[in-house]
Amino acid sequence: MADEKKIAAYLCKGCGLGDRLDIDELKMIAEREGRVQVVKEHDFLCSADGVKMIQDDIDNDSVTNVAICACSRRAKTEAFNFPTAAVTRGNLREGVIWARPDTDEARELTQEMAADYVRMACFEAKFTKSPSPSEEQGRTDSVLVVGGGVTGMTAAIEIAKAGYKATIVEKTGALGGHLANAWKDIPSRSPYADPVDTGVAEMIAAIEADANITVHLNSTLTKTSGAPGRFAADISTESGSTTTENFGAIVQASGYKDYDANQLPELGYGKTPDVVTQAELEKLAKEADGGAIKRPSDGKEVSSVAFIQCAGQRSDKEGHLPYCSGTCCLTSIKQAMYFKDQNPDIDTTVLFDDLRTPGSPGEDFYRSGQKKGVVFSKGKVSEVVAGTDTHSVKFKDLILYEDTEMQADLVVLATGQVPNSGPDLEMQADDKADADAAGEEYIQEIPVDSILNLDYRQGPDMPQLAHGFTDSHFICFPYETRRTGIYTAGPVRRPMDSAQAKEDGTGAAMKAIHALEDAAQGRAAHPRSGDLSFPSFRQEGCTQCKRCTVECPFGAINEDAQGYPQFNEARCRRCGTCMGACPVRVISFDNYSVDSVGQQLKNVEMPDEFDEKPRILVLACENDAYPALDMAARNGNHYSEFARVIPVRCLGSVNTIWITDALNSGYDGIVLMGCRKDDDYQCHFVRGSRLAGVRMSKIDDTLDQLNLEPDRVATYEVAITDVERAPKLINDMAETVERVGMSPFKF
Amino acid sequence: MSDIVASNETIVVVGGGISGMTSALEAAECGKQVILIEKNPSLGGRVAQLHKYFPKMCHPTCGMEINLQRAKKNRNLRILTMAEVTEVTGESGDYSLKVSLKPRYVNENCTACGECEKVVEAEFDDEFNYGMSKRKGAYLPHNMAYPQRFVLDANIIGTDDATKAKEACKYDAIDLDMQAEEIELKAGAIIWATGWQPYDASKIQPYGYDRFENVITNVEFERMADPQGPTGGKLVRPSDGKEAKNVAFIQCAGSRDRNHLRHCSRICCMGSLKQTHYIREAYPEDGKADIYYIDMRVIDRLEDFYKKIQADEKVTFIKSKVANIIKDKDDNPVLKGVDTEGYNRYETPYDLVVLATGMQPSVNKDAFPIDIVINQDGFIEPDENNGAIFAAGSTADALDVNRSVQHATAAALRAIQVVNKAAGAGA
Repeated sequence: MADEKKIAAYLCKGCGLGDRLDIDELKMIAEREGRVQVVKEHDFLCSADGVKMIQDDIDNDSVTNVAICACSRRAKTEAFNFPTAAVTRGNLREGVIWARPDTDEARELTQEMAADYVRMACFEAKFTKSPSPSEEQGRTDSVLVVGGGVTGMTAAIEIAKAGYKATIVEKTGALGGHLANAWKDIPSRSPYADPVDTGVAEMIAAIEADANITVHLNSTLTKTSGAPGRFAADISTESGSTTTENFGAIVQASGYKDYDANQLPELGYGKTPDVVTQAELEKLAKEADGGAIKRPSDGKEVSSVAFIQCAGQRSDKEGHLPYCSGTCCLTSIKQAMYFKDQNPDIDTTVLFDDLRTPGSPGEDFYRSGQKKGVVFSKGKVSEVVAGTDTHSVKFKDLILYEDTEMQADLVVLATGQVPNSGPDLEMQADDKADADAAGEEYIQEIPVDSILNLDYRQGPDMPQLAHGFTDSHFICFPYETRRTGIYTAGPVRRPMDSAQAKEDGTGAAMKAIHALEDAAQGRAAHPRSGDLSFPSFRQEGCTQCKRCTVECPFGAINEDAQGYPQFNEARCRRCGTCMGACPVRVISFDNYSVDSVGQQLKNVEMPDEFDEKPRILVLACENDAYPALDMAARNGNHYSEFARVIPVRCLGSVNTIWITDALNSGYDGIVLMGCRKDDDYQCHFVRGSRLAGVRMSKIDDTLDQLNLEPDRVATYEVAITDVERAPKLINDMAETVERVGMSPFKF
Repeated sequence: MSDIVASNETIVVVGGGISGMTSALEAAECGKQVILIEKNPSLGGRVAQLHKYFPKMCHPTCGMEINLQRAKKNRNLRILTMAEVTEVTGESGDYSLKVSLKPRYVNENCTACGECEKVVEAEFDDEFNYGMSKRKGAYLPHNMAYPQRFVLDANIIGTDDATKAKEACKYDAIDLDMQAEEIELKAGAIIWATGWQPYDASKIQPYGYDRFENVITNVEFERMADPQGPTGGKLVRPSDGKEAKNVAFIQCAGSRDRNHLRHCSRICCMGSLKQTHYIREAYPEDGKADIYYIDMRVIDRLEDFYKKIQADEKVTFIKSKVANIIKDKDDNPVLKGVDTEGYNRYETPYDLVVLATGMQPSVNKDAFPIDIVINQDGFIEPDENNGAIFAAGSTADALDVNRSVQHATAAALRAIQVVNKAAGAGA
């Protein structure tokens, strides 16, 4: 450790700490065992006076590392915010005195608990540095927008309005996307009564007039490398010429393609030109431009039209879309209005199962359709039979509960949106694994062109969530991307209409700007917002095993030609999964390392086997399990006085050496608390909890070698709401230890 | 409060629910000076009161913890609680706001040690649990409350309880002389994220919310499901505490109705689907739920969740707008109406009825602090005449959490555009 470190420990006597604990003894422990250079106490450490005492020591006494032995790191965070010092927290309040009853019998062991937390805080301080930002940092005030439809155009316009630059790369020869092919749009302003102009021409004009927006038409990305703040993109035209440009962040607005209605022959598509999709009806309406819409077969003015909702959607049939595209009900209402507004005598019938027009605008527009005389009928269509004059739509009337049919000149199929998201790598990997396991040859499904062509170890495109959509997995964070600095928006993210796509393009523009600002300062995105640390590694120890590059949930680590990891710090989210993966322990962060945790657990006082004072190590996810334990203690849910809890960034960062060291140094039980890890996983580092599960399964061998009972190590999924369960899990381990006996490894 | 520095480069965010927190954090993390104004004593809004989210059945407090960590670390963000904006004047890039601050009677010295709560005797309805339980006159609003600081109920001021609380505090954190005050702030842009309130169910007279104890609302059911809630997570009938195993959900209770809320509140279909899950989890053997609906509006991939619930044979869907509810001799609410699929009359008793009441935007159309365009449903329109006053989340439309956050992220950029322009430089 560097020489210039000066460590100070501060003990708070407030909140009952002074009454419940022998602070003088704790000071002595910090001094003698923690071997810190400065030890001070304060009656009320988080007060202005207490904070000033610490700040003075940092400013005038060259203190670099501060061990605050007071309340949980989640409390008084603002007061104990010393940007120039490394701060560690010994959790004596929530972690000790609130976790234990205030009785005479409990006093001695509560004091021992506190003593250990003081030791832990001192040793963590000793092995922690205040991080200095990565030297990788760069600033590029320009955002790459992939796709020139309504989402991408909006993103570019909004980015430019904020004073940054935007470059649109559009595959086709024109901006505007699907909306440019529409005659009119669903209204996005009150009174939500009539179809409105699409506004596409105005958007294109705004883009052309804006010096901060560059447009590449007939172009795609042939390679994207780098990281937030320094992305380099090869933009190639159809003719084959390529330019490379640098960007700070990327918005992927690659949109959707229309579902292939040829898969719906039962609905008459392909059998008569008078069965059209919604997209095709827009063409007919555009041609009519306010005049009578004519049907394709014979050019006759349409006098009756049927709209079939959920055509090939919300269906488990092979080739159908299982999801709802969310926009087709409103589109059918809009299109029915095309007819009604031109001639109120035209019969327009919408056959639906559920009419889905949510929100305030949706319901108003539905009402307006009803007012205009559009008929809405709850019915399930089984077949469309093409006739010579009119066509017959057979359906089950779900109100009268009988099979019936209606005649229409024109039938419009409300087909859905299929995302343009590039190949689904995870599915391919799973399929390949399945094929390998079954001893079959893996045949890749119809190859799909990559959108981004990312030069990432983890593959060329954004990971997909469900049904090909690249949505975020998190309710609270719709832009929580798995590729830092790259944000998908619009119908590639989830099905949506133009109004929502504009909002989404704006939101993604915000995130892109946020990402390039973070990159410029070397800061992490949430959940470790503002963290300046980054993983560093000692090349001489590295065995090129590639575990870190494979397991990084964010594709932050590439490999060089020799197979050494190449960290792209601005892509990193600081979860420490790489650190947990590394078998030779050469990866660390300034403020979080194998030592910063390892030294804590090793410096807990280990009583003799015959003292009957077991030690239980608890490694708890800092975002969920640790807060749950804090809240439990506040609510008076006590837990075993033998527990020693260490917060970890993610269970994925838990290096098995900590477990081995703990077992070897005599811990009697180990409890790991991480997040839910199934398909509905809650780990914000994607698979940390799952990886920990895999790694811990290997701990059984260690236990076996040491001749220790497997029950001594337990891994649980703990939610932040497990305020009663989390302490119980610790107590369960205490009971287990009582049952299986003390560890014989207490030397 | 004189230390609040605000200028025309400041962004003021009104409302500290998930939308307001999102807008505030996005802007502050981009280096903007942000002041977040919250009416209640702590942040979190409606989301803090939810037990789980659809469709993942994950816990809202998990995301809230992340957002609170972001807030605690950010020095560009200033949070004012128990504060309300009373007046706004000016124009885009140059606003003046008047903000009234209610006294909390507890200052920054508070360590949340809880000694004051122990000595205070008076109890009041707990707003966090929609009055389904009591809290003390000195209280921390909930487990995740931030600022993590107690509050003295204004009703105990001047009583012995107040004196006792002050005496119990070792940190000089209780200030009984704290007065209401009004402050003025400057701002370049204002984000309005005051959220929504549940529609007053007692106005739907045929459903008897104000007459029958066993008719409750969806937000109340949400608190009931929370292990930290008023029933300790037990799903029971308010009338007799018996297990509520046979539960009816009435959709569009007050929504899509000219006499109540004209709009569709969007979230209630998914909300009820989620709540059937609570019942099936609590009573896997014999718990059952019937959903009375007009249209099940579960768009996009939320359909997957709908399908999952449909596959559960103990959950039934009945297409019907319930006509009215009566009560039988056992205090069972009895639903009457016509099932429109097949046109059958029904009269069905339940242990408990949950009204899927809608979202009423918390935007006072008649007394908004500045003249902006608000539509007939009470939502703020994205109108150019609104200057730099931007809606975020459910002040713009009935939105679920995910869409609210999406919208609030976009709102942050709109505000940044204004203050960047005010700053003269772009990025």
